Amino acid sequence: MKKALEISNLEKIYKGGFKALKGIDLTVEQGDFFALLGPNGAGKSTTIGVITSLVNKTAGTVKVFGHDIDKELEQAKSYLGLVPQEFNFNQFETLLTILVNQAGYYGVERPLAFKRAEKYLKQLDLWDKRNDAGRMLSGGMKRRLMIARALMHEPQMLILDEPTAGVDIELRRSMWDFLRELNQQGITIILTTHYLEEAEMLCRNIAIIDSGVIVKNTDMKSLLATLDQETIVLDIDKISDTPQLDGFAVRLTDDHTLEIDIKKSQLINNVFAQLSAQNINVHSMRNKSNRLEELFVSLVGSGQAVKQEVN
Amino acid sequence: MSSKVNAIALKSILYKEINRFMRIWVQTLVPPAITISLYFVIFGSLIGSRIGEMSGFDYMSFIVPGLIMMSVITNSYSNVASSFFSAKWQRNVEEMLVAPVPTWVIVAGYVGGGMARGMLVGTIVTLVSLLFVDIQIHNIWVIIATVSLTSATFALGGLINAVFANSFDDISIIPTFILTPLTYLGGVFYSISLLPEFWQGVSQINPIVYMVNAFRYGFLGISDVSLTLAFSVLIAFIVTLFIIAMTLISKGIGLRS
Repeated sequence: MKKALEISNLEKIYKGGFKALKGIDLTVEQGDFFALLGPNGAGKSTTIGVITSLVNKTAGTVKVFGHDIDKELEQAKSYLGLVPQEFNFNQFETLLTILVNQAGYYGVERPLAFKRAEKYLKQLDLWDKRNDAGRMLSGGMKRRLMIARALMHEPQMLILDEPTAGVDIELRRSMWDFLRELNQQGITIILTTHYLEEAEMLCRNIAIIDSGVIVKNTDMKSLLATLDQETIVLDIDKISDTPQLDGFAVRLTDDHTLEIDIKKSQLINNVFAQLSAQNINVHSMRNKSNRLEELFVSLVGSGQAVKQEVN
Repeated sequence: MSSKVNAIALKSILYKEINRFMRIWVQTLVPPAITISLYFVIFGSLIGSRIGEMSGFDYMSFIVPGLIMMSVITNSYSNVASSFFSAKWQRNVEEMLVAPVPTWVIVAGYVGGGMARGMLVGTIVTLVSLLFVDIQIHNIWVIIATVSLTSATFALGGLINAVFANSFDDISIIPTFILTPLTYLGGVFYSISLLPEFWQGVSQINPIVYMVNAFRYGFLGISDVSLTLAFSVLIAFIVTLFIIAMTLISKGIGLRS
């Protein structure tokens, strides 16, 4: 399999001495759907910035489909489409103008650019807004506009930096379907997100970055297989005291709700048996958080690693 | 990238730039016409009639080339300065930075946009001036060459200003404190031969003197400076400013972290 992205010993020290990247290595195969996760300030946006040449690196090498950004920057750029975290289109231009001009920067002739703009605006449900200025769009529409813009030159690799931030769940799910479809068409996708459920649902491989260091780089299945414990939440009849369950950590969060930690080696049946024996009726059950979130928290230091955001 | 790809990218930037100032034509094209009309009424008709001839021409005819050039200079400069700074401020400059657009194409695109506005405004001002004075043309090629080189020079200046600017104030400081005084002292309203010898010498270091005089030569056939020297100065400025702009944008000064 061809390598879409090869990052080797990448370092970035900002003016003032802040070391955002401390020698990271990362490889993404062609056709992959890859998640880059990390807390704020971990170095995700800096990494993306270096790949897309918006941030000057301090050391290391970056190759996009075999093209070194130090030697063949323009070729490397031609493979990439970027959906940045911040809205970065001209707020006063119409959607069509934004898209057609962007295609032009990649050498796409205007007649073809108009056809592609129509295709992507329709797919992303923005066609009715094509003659509106960018500033007139809602937050979710602006995100979709940036996805359409990144696709105008039909890149082989799409990098999305928090693409669903601030997007409601219904729209988020339709964007997931759209991204899955793109990936199935052969586009390599790299995604950073705060919604860990998103990464778990979409991505095959994952790297977790913290304080400028890759702390985990593996496939999603292997990562989730390392999860040792899950927390379930049970809705129960009203009780006043926390029940004691042999072998399980139990918390009564309110008089109708129990949280129980269950290790991989333990059986849920055992929980229900003990609750029945104590005449506690269970009405429903759910997971407290998604599994990836629990792993993420354990890998990046109990989730307290909120540092200065570097974009 | 191939020359065809670069040509399409350049066309896109030019289209975007021209579309920008045409979209806001009330802000970009109308004010110079009003301003120049006021200059003609006040300096030409009211005061000019009392001044008499300047270098053998009536005062109104004498100041027309300078006034046109003044509009070209300010509009070429401010178009690129405000457009490029807005692109930085809204971060849509990143659209070009992430694309395989060579630096020279970005520079040429923005400078081309500035030149287009400068020359369009120059044309409008020329048409307005026809309401006040009969314009004669001594050498059309000198006029075209001077206006092209001058608008390119100041468009490059505006681009460099925008690269360094961190706020909208920063793109008005140079036009206010440097460009306007240099223009007014650049022989728009008088022949520098009228100045005392010392101030004539000082005027020689003002580049706008060369532009205004070359332009005036194209209309009236008179100039305070040699045409060869005027074009040499213009070309030297363009080459120097182009190299500076290329270096700044290639290194990502003010654009990349």
